[in-house]
Amino acid sequence: MPTSETSIMGKPNQDIFSDTLVSLAHENPNIIAVTSDSRGSGKLTSFAREFPRQLVEVGIAEQNLVGIAAGLAAMGKSVFAVSPACFLTARALEQIKNDVAYSNHPVILIGISAGVSYGALGATHHAIHDFAVLQAIHNIDILAPADNFETEQAVRTAVTRNRPLYMRIGKKSMPHLHPPGTPFNIGKAIQLTPVQEQYDVAIVATGETVAPAAMASRHLAAQGYSSCVLSLHSIRPFDEAEVMHAAHASRVVITVEEHSINGGLGSRTVAALMQGRIWKPVKMLAIPDQHIITGSQQDIFEEYGLNAEGITRHAVTLLEQGREKVQ
Amino acid sequence: MPPTSAPPNPIKPSIAWMEHQAIQYRKAILEMIWQAQAGHIGGSLSCIDLLTVLYHHTMEITPGNFAQNERDHYIHSKGHAVEALYAVLQGLGFFSREALDTSQRKHSAFLGHPTRVVAGIEHNTGALGHGLPVAVGMALAAAIDRSPHRIFTLMGDGELAEGSIWEAAACAAHYQLDRLVAIVDCNGLQISGPTSQVLSMEPLAQKWAAFGFAVREINGHDIAALAALFDSLPFEPGKPNLVIAHTTKGKGVSFIEDRAEWHHHVPSEAEYHQAMREFAAAESEWEARYANI
Ligand SMILES: [Mg+2]
Repeated sequence: MPTSETSIMGKPNQDIFSDTLVSLAHENPNIIAVTSDSRGSGKLTSFAREFPRQLVEVGIAEQNLVGIAAGLAAMGKSVFAVSPACFLTARALEQIKNDVAYSNHPVILIGISAGVSYGALGATHHAIHDFAVLQAIHNIDILAPADNFETEQAVRTAVTRNRPLYMRIGKKSMPHLHPPGTPFNIGKAIQLTPVQEQYDVAIVATGETVAPAAMASRHLAAQGYSSCVLSLHSIRPFDEAEVMHAAHASRVVITVEEHSINGGLGSRTVAALMQGRIWKPVKMLAIPDQHIITGSQQDIFEEYGLNAEGITRHAVTLLEQGREKVQ
Repeated sequence: MPPTSAPPNPIKPSIAWMEHQAIQYRKAILEMIWQAQAGHIGGSLSCIDLLTVLYHHTMEITPGNFAQNERDHYIHSKGHAVEALYAVLQGLGFFSREALDTSQRKHSAFLGHPTRVVAGIEHNTGALGHGLPVAVGMALAAAIDRSPHRIFTLMGDGELAEGSIWEAAACAAHYQLDRLVAIVDCNGLQISGPTSQVLSMEPLAQKWAAFGFAVREINGHDIAALAALFDSLPFEPGKPNLVIAHTTKGKGVSFIEDRAEWHHHVPSEAEYHQAMREFAAAESEWEARYANI
């Protein structure tokens, strides 16, 4: 858990992805990166320089990128298909569905500049649909690492997992959220806050909203509220047990995600809680179903309550509403 | 009479054997579609001679080597013509004749498009425009590994309207993938009518050539000519290969040939027996032809 307001800032997760890929390629000549004129935004220029024979450039052609990645994987290559998340998971969705997931070829799809990382570039460049569409497709894991540690672990684990997998990675520098030696397993949520028997609020977050969730936890503590912050780096497999446990131990639940309100972490969490007979007040913080405001990722987070202040404000409101009802 | 199964590699079956075998496969296709009361008869009959030559003469793909990557590879991009693929894979011994009796039934592995659940199939197809990009990826892997093996894929002519094919075509030429062999089953028809009317892709040979392919045109029902053509692969070193196989949709059944409405029409009982009689006549003709030699 970060110990102060000024937690130590790390690098962008995209840098950690490329550093990890270079490190893996030193050990494994079977690794191939496929890019769609995206080596710069994917921070793959050093990989391309060191391993030119392990980089396949397909030009601006995302459907072909994914089809080719499936063909390489079918031949036993350890394949990373790297492209902006907005194009990868929309334009090439049928290739992801049929050539990777349905055909069961173990491609690792890396959606870079994910969510609203490209903020002011507009909706063409936003990827806030990826959890929804990919959750509706069978046989592909969906990851959204929160910080540098989670990103490195996710990339290393993905290679050994040998099955279809999508990972979204952002471009903003992220604070370090976990102490060294934290266990990382795909499908297992990580609790950032000290374990207690009960909490006022459970904050279930994923990807780049975990850092503001951790910050909100400190703001809430300053106001006398205890919280349990979970990093759901795996949207699928989804850690139902941990989410239900945290919700059960809390008075209210907040979900936070850099994704559409429809079909993401929030709805997945609520479905788990309702079907698990855990009846708690819930607030789903996400990008609402409306035209998104113009601005940076930070501006968009602020507008829709996905930053630390917004999460704190919504948590307090939810807790106070609950109190009113009890009285 | 010819043997009922192909002799083991490397002894290749004769042209005469393959011609006879293609008739047997036509019967198997009709039988499958008749039993299931579903299937794509037109496209299966147009590509069956191609598949017979590819699997029995050209490609090194057997039940014995299928589990390894060091062999030729084939992707059936025009996935709807799955009955033709099932017939040939069964002929090669990938599964029993009885297995096909479950075709398209509940829980059957033999559904209306190819899937890797079935022995001998390497990629799930059915949505068009997917085979070539995947084949390009496989050919890239072969090139990276400096493997001598070839990657074959069969597309329909209607399928060529899919943009993903042309993304892959540009990439294949860019990487000089001369181990890639793309074949167009050019039967001139698609589900709504003549391809020339639905969306003309002519001049087709020039299009592929302009994309950097070595292009050859051939009668897709001439087994001897097909075998000779595939023997000459790669057509031009450093260029991916493209074969435009001129075919007749529904080839071998007079009332099905060249009719768009037979894309996935199921024959009536009378039509089924009539088609079987035409296959029997083709067999007699085959026997007479080779008896005279
Ligand atoms: Mg056609």
